[in-house]
Amino acid sequence: MLIRRPSDIAPSEITPREVYLNRRQWMAGAAGLALAGALPFRLEAAPLTAAKSAFSTDEKPTSREDVTSYNNFYEFGTGKDDPAARAKSLKTSPWTVKVDGLVGKPAEFGIEDLIKSSALEERIYRMRCVEGWSMVIPWVGFPMADLVKRVEPLGSAKYVAFETAYRPEEMPGVQSVFPVLDWPYVEGLRLDEAMHPLTILAVGLYGETLPNQNGAPIRLVVPWKYGFKGIKSITRISFVEKQPETSWNKQAPDEYGFYANVNPNVDHPRWSQATERRIGEGGLFVKRRPTLPFNGYADQVASLYAGMDLRKFY
Amino acid sequence: MTGKASAPGAGKGLALPQVPKIAVYLVGFIPAVWLFSAGIMDRLGADPMRVLEQELGEWALRFLVATLAITPLRQLFNINLLRYRRAIGLLSFYYAALHLTTYLVLDQGLDLAAIAADIVKRPYITIGMATFAILVPLAVTSNNASIRRMGGQAWARLHRLVYAAAIGAVLHYILVVKSWPPEPLVYAAIVALLLGYRLVRSMVKKAAPRRRPA
Repeated sequence: MLIRRPSDIAPSEITPREVYLNRRQWMAGAAGLALAGALPFRLEAAPLTAAKSAFSTDEKPTSREDVTSYNNFYEFGTGKDDPAARAKSLKTSPWTVKVDGLVGKPAEFGIEDLIKSSALEERIYRMRCVEGWSMVIPWVGFPMADLVKRVEPLGSAKYVAFETAYRPEEMPGVQSVFPVLDWPYVEGLRLDEAMHPLTILAVGLYGETLPNQNGAPIRLVVPWKYGFKGIKSITRISFVEKQPETSWNKQAPDEYGFYANVNPNVDHPRWSQATERRIGEGGLFVKRRPTLPFNGYADQVASLYAGMDLRKFY
Repeated sequence: MTGKASAPGAGKGLALPQVPKIAVYLVGFIPAVWLFSAGIMDRLGADPMRVLEQELGEWALRFLVATLAITPLRQLFNINLLRYRRAIGLLSFYYAALHLTTYLVLDQGLDLAAIAADIVKRPYITIGMATFAILVPLAVTSNNASIRRMGGQAWARLHRLVYAAAIGAVLHYILVVKSWPPEPLVYAAIVALLLGYRLVRSMVKKAAPRRRPA
């Protein structure tokens, strides 16, 4: 189809920054975009201005369609297409992220302020799911380290704990009779992992604010770890002394570790991690490709784990 | 319980309109044809191979459950679908074979080393393979000639292996998913019900032997 998609237009050409950050005003423009042929679910998406980054891969990004329709976000159901179908019910505005714990300057950030006050970058990262498939996603976000510095962690802070919103009335998956996970979803990083320049808090993809199914309005992206570490729709970030609990580790400790670094040599107990299928590559006849240690980011991150037995700390 | 493999359907029970058995096969293969063509036309979403693989497996399980439902339907509700059981059972086998072929060819790309490692190291693959292995002799002997050659009792004993196959199939399903999504648990509950019914009925029968109606 020869429909001109908004992502082809440089975001700066459409709407000045001050305007698009104002959702109400922006909605008027969205109606025009919708008439121009934009898909209905993109009504909520607002363009973001982001600088290119040297950390980006030059691999071909997975299509926006696949990135936004094939998701694991169990708060909205366990099916891959459940989040795209059901996450619209999540109200992402207003939204605040509470940052607390062992920090000098605890704070509550409104999402608009956080976006406005951060230097956004486009980071095109590989994403490897623990289930054996992968994508290449052009995220828009800012280094987690920027946020860490703003709240001034105390010397006693060794780990960062993250928490997803818990809203049964907006999240059909958490109402399930069979609770698939212990809600709310929680994740964690070691402080040095959180500070690593590759670790970002993403607020968008493909040049626009995050669709709900991808973890709007703000999510974690740690490209050398399995996708489940990338906690979505974050409402709280706490700096703590002890290693925090993480959702999948609580669910099945022998299958999902705290570290969850992508590692082709350490199999999931029930399936191999040696290879992966790149989504959108080959369709029905997709060929598996070898999975790389630390998802191909070993040069930058392997030193974080020097001397650790990666079979034990999986 | 499964002794009367080729009992005529018209004799007993609810008067259901009879459809030719070939119609069962034709309808039964619609999902497979649809899935393959949708896969080729890239209409199965972002991960078409996985959808094809999983859907074929689920259809195999659905037909397996349907064959197990035929006896209780007749005994409890007087609905006699016995004449279609062989076709439904064979459909389950054909879907299991397509599911396995998809795994071997499209998923693993016939990488024999990876497949062998999977069979040895992954319980869900081991169980899946064993389940398919059980279905093979059942499919091969699903014909009148085999019943005649083996004798009804031996044939029925062999075909009780379908109970093991049903247990294997749901275990395979439960072990492949993360966490506890509802679908495999629902199938497990249905299989437990269908097998539990037979167990209870055989215990009751042993306790109070009754002459079969002629």
